[in-house]
Amino acid sequence: MTQHHWRKLVNGLMFSVTAACALAAVCVLFWILGFLLWNGGSALNFDFFTQLPKPPGELGGGMANAIIGSAQIVLIAAVIGIPIGFLGGIYLAEFGTGAFPFFVRYTADLLNGVPSIVMGIFAYAMVVRPLHQFSALAGGVALSVILIPTTIRTTEQFLRAVPLMLREGALALGASKWKSIATIVVPAAIRGVATGMILGIARIAGESAPLLFTSFGNQYWSRSLSHPTASLPVMIFTYAISPYADWHRQAWAAGLVLLVVMLVLNIGARVVLAPGASHRT
Amino acid sequence: MGTLERFTLAGPPAAIPGSTARGIAPKLKISRLNFFYGAYQALHDVDLAIAANRITALIGPSGCGKSTFLRVLNRMYETVRGARVSGEVLLDGEDAVAMDVAQLRRRVGMVFQKPNPFPKSIFENVAYGLRVNRTRAKVRLNEAVEHSLKRAALWDEVKDKLHKSAYAISGGQQQRLCIARALAVDPEVLLLDEPSSALDPIATAKIEELLFHLKDNCTIVIVTHNMQQAARIADDTGFFLLGKLIEFDKTEKIFKTPAKKETEDYITGRFG
Repeated sequence: MTQHHWRKLVNGLMFSVTAACALAAVCVLFWILGFLLWNGGSALNFDFFTQLPKPPGELGGGMANAIIGSAQIVLIAAVIGIPIGFLGGIYLAEFGTGAFPFFVRYTADLLNGVPSIVMGIFAYAMVVRPLHQFSALAGGVALSVILIPTTIRTTEQFLRAVPLMLREGALALGASKWKSIATIVVPAAIRGVATGMILGIARIAGESAPLLFTSFGNQYWSRSLSHPTASLPVMIFTYAISPYADWHRQAWAAGLVLLVVMLVLNIGARVVLAPGASHRT
Repeated sequence: MGTLERFTLAGPPAAIPGSTARGIAPKLKISRLNFFYGAYQALHDVDLAIAANRITALIGPSGCGKSTFLRVLNRMYETVRGARVSGEVLLDGEDAVAMDVAQLRRRVGMVFQKPNPFPKSIFENVAYGLRVNRTRAKVRLNEAVEHSLKRAALWDEVKDKLHKSAYAISGGQQQRLCIARALAVDPEVLLLDEPSSALDPIATAKIEELLFHLKDNCTIVIVTHNMQQAARIADDTGFFLLGKLIEFDKTEKIFKTPAKKETEDYITGRFG
């Protein structure tokens, strides 16, 4: 075998192996999607989105309260987490040299690695205990603690990717530093920053562990943000460990809804912020 | 030779560079300028007087400090941590180092090596400096944008697509857009840091032509790697080597009868 043939062989082999692995990674998503459709598709009807859960043993009912509850909790988390993460990210990217920013960056990375249930314990101690009440608020706080470090780091990374020459261009025209950040740097990075935020929100929307002992759960509509509130991930957990076949189907259906919401958020992030929607950077 | 004749014919009555012998105060006067990046000294005792309404070229091999020198004039070096300057820079007799930096940069505009239009429309690029300076009136902005684009010889090429992205035009046009952007705030001095090094010869010729007309209203300082460019467009030329200003004189003098051996070696291509 000549060296030329050998090289072609190795080349072909490596191509096949890497392509197969890439395909396997993608297949998992479609596998899960198919699995959820197969098991939960039949429970996914109009009632699922509009009805309250039925008592155990009764067929039918839905998860309307959990869908709204999840939305409330995620919204609270976003209202707390996005501004802190975004502004903190700007600080790290634009003023981030020295000991304190290093400390912040390191802490954010550590927080990113902390198991989400620990965030739940934290929110339990900080919010549930003082108020003597499980609540959507507590769930939102727990999720925001997960959201902040990811937002801070993705914001920082995308701002850093804005070329120095754009900043210099603005400064050379007499713009102040904050003006150049607000009018040039952030707009140039906004696609990436917003995508990061949406992905962060999609991630916390699927968290169940931190909600178990913060927002807890509720078979009915929650009376207010300071009362126990149902959420889709916790509902999946509760229904999946129950002994009722109908609840199992609804748990699958809830999983399907969560996955579709995430896909929509992900694809939405890409479409809305696609090149052409704004100026290319 | 023809190109050398052009500036002597077209140029204003020549002040003797580096002096005020004829009573014309220099636009920029730099004295005993030393510049440091941390412990590294990038400029050594530079003395230079830049005359108004002339094109001054700074030449020299890479790393000789000519770009650093340019960035002292509008204090762009301040974005670099550990950068430190000593000595005096006077703009019309005013201390540029003590001046409000935004004020200084409005008076001393800059064009960079690579075209760096903002990711905005052509109109918004030119209007940016005005908006930063709190010009909001639509009529004022429209006028200023048109005027600046005309001064930068770009108006005819972009007047129908002012609201298209600045990335939709060619590299040469982008660089002229950056010049228009700098001109919009009506600077007294325009600094150009190798403005045509990323452009083809035709785009380069357009920029040189443009600079030639601009000097009527503006003092131009240009850093260039291209000695032919300096010879073509500059009234005065300074030669930097290893952080020192070796020689500064009328361009014709520098290229024909340089006083220093180092200048002659560089001009004739013996190094650099």
